[in-house]
Amino acid sequence: MNAPARKTLEGWGRYPRVESDVLRSESRRDLIAAVTSNGNHPVLARGLGRAYGDAALLEGGVTLLMERLDRILEFDPETGWLKCEAGFSLDDLVRIFLPRGFFPPVVPGTRFVTLGGALASDVHGKNHHISGSWASHVRSVELLKSTGEIVFCDAERNSELFWATAGGQGLTGIILSMEVKLRRVESGAVDVVSTRVRDLEEFLDVSAAHQDWPYSVSWIDGFARGRSIGRGNFMAGRHAPAGSNGKAGLLSKLPRGLISGRFLESNLLLNGLSARMFNAVLYRKQIRKRSSSTISVYPFFFPLDAVDRWNRMYGKRGFFQYQFVVPPDPQNLALKQILASISESGTLPFLGVIKEFGSESHGGLSFPRPGVTVALDFANTGQNTLDLFTRLDDMVVDAGGRVYLTKDARLGLDAFRRMYPEWTEWKLVRDEADPLNMFQSELGRRLGLVGEMSD
Amino acid sequence: MNVLILGATSRIAQAIAAEHATDGDSVLLAARDRDEVKTIASDIQVRHSTRVLIGDFEATDFDSHVGFITDAIEALGSIDTAYVVFGAMGEQAASEKDFSAARTVLDVNFTGAVSISEALAGYMEERGQGVIVGISSVAGDRGRQSNYFYGAAKGGYALYLQGLRGRLARSGVHVMTAKLGFIDTPMTFGLKTKIPIASPESTARALKKAAAKGKNTFYYPWFWRQVMFMIKAIPERMFKKLKV
Repeated sequence: MNAPARKTLEGWGRYPRVESDVLRSESRRDLIAAVTSNGNHPVLARGLGRAYGDAALLEGGVTLLMERLDRILEFDPETGWLKCEAGFSLDDLVRIFLPRGFFPPVVPGTRFVTLGGALASDVHGKNHHISGSWASHVRSVELLKSTGEIVFCDAERNSELFWATAGGQGLTGIILSMEVKLRRVESGAVDVVSTRVRDLEEFLDVSAAHQDWPYSVSWIDGFARGRSIGRGNFMAGRHAPAGSNGKAGLLSKLPRGLISGRFLESNLLLNGLSARMFNAVLYRKQIRKRSSSTISVYPFFFPLDAVDRWNRMYGKRGFFQYQFVVPPDPQNLALKQILASISESGTLPFLGVIKEFGSESHGGLSFPRPGVTVALDFANTGQNTLDLFTRLDDMVVDAGGRVYLTKDARLGLDAFRRMYPEWTEWKLVRDEADPLNMFQSELGRRLGLVGEMSD
Repeated sequence: MNVLILGATSRIAQAIAAEHATDGDSVLLAARDRDEVKTIASDIQVRHSTRVLIGDFEATDFDSHVGFITDAIEALGSIDTAYVVFGAMGEQAASEKDFSAARTVLDVNFTGAVSISEALAGYMEERGQGVIVGISSVAGDRGRQSNYFYGAAKGGYALYLQGLRGRLARSGVHVMTAKLGFIDTPMTFGLKTKIPIASPESTARALKKAAAKGKNTFYYPWFWRQVMFMIKAIPERMFKKLKV
């Protein structure tokens, strides 16, 4: 086995940044050796680095890159069950299986995530209201423990360990492989209807009217104030029937990497003015009240993937995504209060999306729960940005909501514990699975999810 | 076409197998770590829906090599192209301290590679067709104090392939020597260098294409031919003082 390499690692938001010893396993044997013969160093598995904050960062330990453990182990075209190693990406999955008439059961906003990461974050997508989150479609997860032992878990076998692993941020062990049930689709296109919504009430009405559409999401104008709060463009979609051809969109036709955020890396590019213009253009782009079209799955599900490393456009200081969910409330008081605080704060988001979650909730550290979720991207302009989030945290807690750990880089311990009251049960299961506290991360340390490593 | 890949568990070998599987070729993956070979075989099978076979191969078990080739021919039907990909970098310091470590490096990279190539050569010469792609290294172009056991073995194997190429040319069998520079493998992982590092996937594509074109000695990435030309041009009295 090679000596670890010293690398600077960052999450997708580029904040924080840590120096870490990094190993890349080339085989399962390699990985097990890296975990068991690693002396007493903490370890953490890392996939494609799309978690925004510090979920995939570890200082003073060894970060294990999973990118080469990306092999397909079995596929049953009759049932759609696919078994693969944890480093297999949704990008590969869509590329290989969409032409065969299959699509992932759930996709987040980027296809550059590994299946291991998808489970550790229990990712959700535009179909949460119908299909729930990633963990609902998974069975037979192989988990590597610190002793080198491999255990199977899912909703039936070792169900507590599975419960803690889904959304468990990689802190229960290393996910080696899983089986996931793919969805049958008839084409690579999506039928979409877009509706301009003028405020929050209209968004919720339109969202309710599209409950039976499998996919829905809305862009939200974070600059809107007063009665316009919540205005945006609502989109609902469904896989198009056989023979449909979806427009790929100009950006996704170009070779990957041609348009890259690297060339636009600047601390000045995404500022208040450009953000305001961008949001105004987005709102006016939807000229008619309602329109429909058929587009390729790529621009529909992964619009930002067309720009390679778009996170660089926020410059070296990076950015934050603040994603929260608040429980359903007929008057939407908390939601309005939070959105108003943002638009009046002077710390304004560049891009925002809003979506109504369904009734399914996995529990533990998994994020989705019934209610409305909003995700907003903010440039890191320093203390004012962090102060805004602290104020928002209080409102989210008061409303009985929570923020998404996979997007988080700064949540405090107290707020976390009030957002995720099941953390105590979760930690009991985690501690039993890993009594040595070998699996650690900066996020785990920040939120008190892992104890000191014992010798 | 039927393709044999020896040392099938490295990422370069996986990529070579995938390249041929894309064309619909049958591949036989041979290596020591059976579980890992199985994993790679299932991956290629699902991705490319082609025939993938597996075999146990031990580079330093020289006596097994002729029998291994016989079995491989029986399993595949024939061997049209064979890639000799396996290798072991070893650790220079360990090899200097303990000759048994040095010997493993020589046995795997030179004797083992020659032994299996000979077995292949015998079969292909008699059949009057076939391609052998031997993976050597730019490290074999000039002895350096930092890894001369590995360099000597890879350089020796390149010389062997050169001779074999001449011998087999008359019977219509082609031998290509591939001299690889920096490829993104465990050998270069974490290496801090300004020299571009090629992906295993682009390497596999380039090797398949070069072999099909009948290249004799093929450097990849291509600029290593010039780099090694310069390095070989440094006078020995200067070179021996360089800490390389």
